Amino acid sequence: MLHVAVATRAFRRYSTYRAATLAGIFTNSVFGVIYSFAYLALWAQNPDAGGYDANDAVTFVWLGQALLMTVALWGGGTTDDLAERIRTGDVAIDLYRPVGLVGWYLAADLGRALYHFLTRGLAPTVVGFVLFDISLPSSPAAGICFLLSIPLAVTVSFGLRFLVASTAFWLLDATGPRILSGALALFFSGMALPLVLFPGWLGALAESLPWAAMIQVPNDIWLGRYTGVGLIGALAFQAGWALALLAACQVVLRLATRKVVVQGG
Amino acid sequence: MVRLWIRAELSYPASFAMLVVGSMMINALDFASIAIMFSSIDSLGGFGLREIALLYGVTGVGIGVADTAIGSVERIGEFVRTGRLDQMLTKPVPLLVQVCADRFTLRRLGRITQATVVLVWALPVVDWTPTRLLVAVLMVLSSTALFFGLFVLFSCVQFWTHDASEFANAFTYGGNTLTQYPLTVFPRELAIALTFVLPIAFVNWYPCLYLLGRDDPFGLPEWLQFCSPVAAAAVVTVALLVWRTGVRRYTSTGS
Repeated sequence: MLHVAVATRAFRRYSTYRAATLAGIFTNSVFGVIYSFAYLALWAQNPDAGGYDANDAVTFVWLGQALLMTVALWGGGTTDDLAERIRTGDVAIDLYRPVGLVGWYLAADLGRALYHFLTRGLAPTVVGFVLFDISLPSSPAAGICFLLSIPLAVTVSFGLRFLVASTAFWLLDATGPRILSGALALFFSGMALPLVLFPGWLGALAESLPWAAMIQVPNDIWLGRYTGVGLIGALAFQAGWALALLAACQVVLRLATRKVVVQGG
Repeated sequence: MVRLWIRAELSYPASFAMLVVGSMMINALDFASIAIMFSSIDSLGGFGLREIALLYGVTGVGIGVADTAIGSVERIGEFVRTGRLDQMLTKPVPLLVQVCADRFTLRRLGRITQATVVLVWALPVVDWTPTRLLVAVLMVLSSTALFFGLFVLFSCVQFWTHDASEFANAFTYGGNTLTQYPLTVFPRELAIALTFVLPIAFVNWYPCLYLLGRDDPFGLPEWLQFCSPVAAAAVVTVALLVWRTGVRRYTSTGS
């Protein structure tokens, strides 16, 4: 119950940034248009590239733009608060709470993600429908599994971001690791270019890394790349990484609290 | 002032190192994405990889240098809100210069370096002549000036509405991303809009058509290919005028 309260409060907190949200949707749409045309040009040259057709590719673009803020690809979730609180030492207060720190921040991040999903998720998708006639989920099962894959994607992203924010315990300033992590996320999530286009071993590697769970997997579920049992497999891939990363978070947190240098006391 | 910020940045050396490496990686991966596209195709919009690298490099250097030069212009809304702007207005240095020197960061060095590497790699694709060399140099300078103007211009929105700083990104970073691709990828109407309304096409497209010895794929006049300095001057002029209007409005409303 407490976690739900935390999530609700985070949802409400992020919903106050209205003008920024509108500006953000505009930006999403501009990039959506740019990439749509770029991919249309590519698929015009190679109509079956990566097993997608042109419509799949353009749909992928808009789904990516829609999920960008929801999964907080570049950060901007509650883990940014965490990094700041570690830097100032306020994290000591968080550690005294009766609830686990990881669970607390995850609940808040999911609340934030829901807000971003409803605003910056739905809006670009609608723009994509209007401008480029992107496709709907390939089947009702795909649609449901897509919705299920979102909180899993957010959790995987959260795990990665939490680990990055935790570096503040040792480095004091987590900005560097965060930008590095953002670079990797942009590339390996499929956001910069669908992973299906990655050739050979690079493609195989990319699709097994956790970042794939953030954008590529949900998008592929929508596009119908997985069917039947394959859908369960895709969700299991995400869940597996989510659990592994959360476990890593707990381990790192334990190491950090033992070794913590709380600034200012 | 600039030295102060550099020193502040270097006080967290490990994080700063990761910042620069990260920044280079973002951009290296950025071009890697385009290069990987070419494992599925031979040409995009009628242009080969090295030709696109030329476009990419120029726009990357342009926005990278401009981004370094503008300092905190993107955050002008914050200064308005916190009252810092009033403080800065009391100083004898022009406001724009102060804002540009604020939070000077070497972070963009990674981007500039990476874009330069890609640009240098692309150079052999051009059949160089003295005129082309001149056009190329003017192109890079104009590209920087144009992006600088765009950053300032769109940041001015914050004099009127205090919460929309991300709005500018669509035009500045969006402009950069767009110009990484040959304009043939986009519909004709868009290319025309980007020539005569928001002249981002002059950042690299028109001069590069000249460098690559190509006819304008949209059938637009050839003399446009020499107009990047004109476009840059126009954008910067408009930007400075809007900036002055914004500052004047701010001071006259008594904040």
